Amino acid sequence: MQRQVALIKQSLFDQGYLDEQFMELEELQDDANPNFVEEVSALYFKDSARLINNIDQALERGSFDFNRLDSYMHQFKGSSTSIGASKVKAECTTFREYCRAGNAEGCLRTFQQLKKEHSTLRKKLEHYFQLARQAGPKETARRPK
Amino acid sequence: MAEVMLPRKMEILNHSSKFGSPDPLHVLAVDDSHVDRKFIERLLRVSSCKVTVVDSATRALQYLGLDVEEKSVGFEDLKVNLIMTDYSMPGMTGYELLKKIKESSAFREVPVVIMSSENILPRIDRCLEEGAEDFLLKPVKLSDVKRLRDSLMKVEDLSFTKSIQKRELETENVYPVHSQLKRAKI
Repeated sequence: MQRQVALIKQSLFDQGYLDEQFMELEELQDDANPNFVEEVSALYFKDSARLINNIDQALERGSFDFNRLDSYMHQFKGSSTSIGASKVKAECTTFREYCRAGNAEGCLRTFQQLKKEHSTLRKKLEHYFQLARQAGPKETARRPK
Repeated sequence: MAEVMLPRKMEILNHSSKFGSPDPLHVLAVDDSHVDRKFIERLLRVSSCKVTVVDSATRALQYLGLDVEEKSVGFEDLKVNLIMTDYSMPGMTGYELLKKIKESSAFREVPVVIMSSENILPRIDRCLEEGAEDFLLKPVKLSDVKRLRDSLMKVEDLSFTKSIQKRELETENVYPVHSQLKRAKI
């Protein structure tokens, strides 16, 4: 089971869903805080769901306030970076570029892609954490004492 | 003679142990991102620091007692060893917070570190010119925090050692060598 968990984690890195920052988070876990990464992840998805909602509403209104959209995306990119959500972060960067260019079409297209990546990552991480919990605490990287 | 000296030495040792070891560093962290707050708090706790986290520059000023116009003095008794703040925050930015802290009499000596996800040279320059101790690119690394802590601990150790030496001198004045020896002779 632990091998399965390790393989899933490896594939998340290999496929570019996660980057080294995720490993940095795992390094911060210990016996006293064994679920730190899962907690951060939960916080991230709660936060980003709110941001997605805000952006959706702003885009639906039709009026493209690029400054406001860029501001939302700055936050989104920030928290995506902090958790190591590599693909989501990349979409955020692209979106911001379209904002700066004042390209509404590009923004809309990128946002659809971003939502897809976000949703995929959420499912994969939920699956990963579920298995990791079942496999027992030994799987996640530990901080050397 | 040696026996006479020993009790005085032990007394000094006892006085020293009364003071214990230096307190952990107290860090005030400021960030509007919930994820980043959780992350920086963990980084600091793992580095054995005491942490206070707030979600805005305004709340940071409230915590420090710098929020009231007339009171640009601040809470004199509050011990904060380091302030780490995000640069881009809604309302007041980390840069503006930095300026307010440097203007206060209670906290101008406290090192302020700015964190930012954007590597913008003029921004970095501006912060350093305003007196920021350091500028960290996000995501902040554990090694960044440890480096900060270590350099601050050196300052704390130095002042702690000085306060020990001061106490030892004061103790000597209470039990001067000459009168000890005199008593022994009697």
